Amino acid sequence: MSTAATVEHGAGHDAHGGGHGHTSTGLSNNKLAMWLFLGSECLLFGGLISTYMLYRGRNGDGPGPDQVYSIPFTSVSSFVLLMSSLTMVLAVSSAQARDVAKTKLWLTVTALLGATFVGGQVFEFTDFYRKGLGYTTSLFSSSFYTLTGFHGVHVTVGVIMLLAVVGMLRTNRIPGDRAEVVELVGLYWHFVDIVWILIFTLVYLIPS
Amino acid sequence: MSTVVEHAAHGHDSHTHDSHGEHAGHSNKHYYLVALALAILTGLEVMLSYVDVGAAFLPLLLILMGIKFVMVVLEFMHLRKDAKIFHYLFWSGFVLAIGVYVAALACFKFFLNP
Repeated sequence: MSTAATVEHGAGHDAHGGGHGHTSTGLSNNKLAMWLFLGSECLLFGGLISTYMLYRGRNGDGPGPDQVYSIPFTSVSSFVLLMSSLTMVLAVSSAQARDVAKTKLWLTVTALLGATFVGGQVFEFTDFYRKGLGYTTSLFSSSFYTLTGFHGVHVTVGVIMLLAVVGMLRTNRIPGDRAEVVELVGLYWHFVDIVWILIFTLVYLIPS
Repeated sequence: MSTVVEHAAHGHDSHTHDSHGEHAGHSNKHYYLVALALAILTGLEVMLSYVDVGAAFLPLLLILMGIKFVMVVLEFMHLRKDAKIFHYLFWSGFVLAIGVYVAALACFKFFLNP
């Protein structure tokens, strides 16, 4: 007597791999799209960083970078964002190990660290404004606020995405491959982190 | 007793594995070490802005920044062990971004200042 136990790997794979076993590339279309998006984001931030680098010395009558920047404060917030990349990769690792509880924990910690960074940025902007650096004060201020503001918006969107994934994990509303969803959010988050690595050095640490 | 596993028919090849998650194969300890290295490099960057190292300041700072950038991309984003096409997509965008900067710099710095 023989028992034929057929394991429908395709169905299982759909649940595990987002159904990318049947794509023409053999790769996940979602992941491909995310990398393409991140490549295009490089151009966006490339343009913004270029603009800042060109205008950093054009502060006119307003305060210049050396008069407003607080390196110790920004260093701490940079460290916070850098460590959020660690917690994010731990969330991805937990998701791949199908440990939902740890995934939710690390995602929440990442969101909290991201929110701390955004809070620090709001504080910094307020401080700069009080020192006389408004958005239209000078070419330097406009390019600075545009660059760091765009980055802050990206972090905020990332925090919302992280909290949304945590909520969906709690209510078990993620169809298909959970690990891939967490990984995609992770890619976005790490990208936000590497952009800050550039901004921190080029904007804050290199004197004008 | 026979077990039939329909495996290969569903395109479960090395490629799909690569794009998937097992790509990293790293333990959490590896990630902690990478994070520690990133923290140390950030500390060095900040230290450089307080210590006078003369003409070496800018190159050192840019090298440290580059190392941090590449470490996050390769280790945390798993690009080191992921499919090649993801490399091309990301780095082509990055190289184009540098091209944008060089072009903008050329336009504003060189062409406007005879």
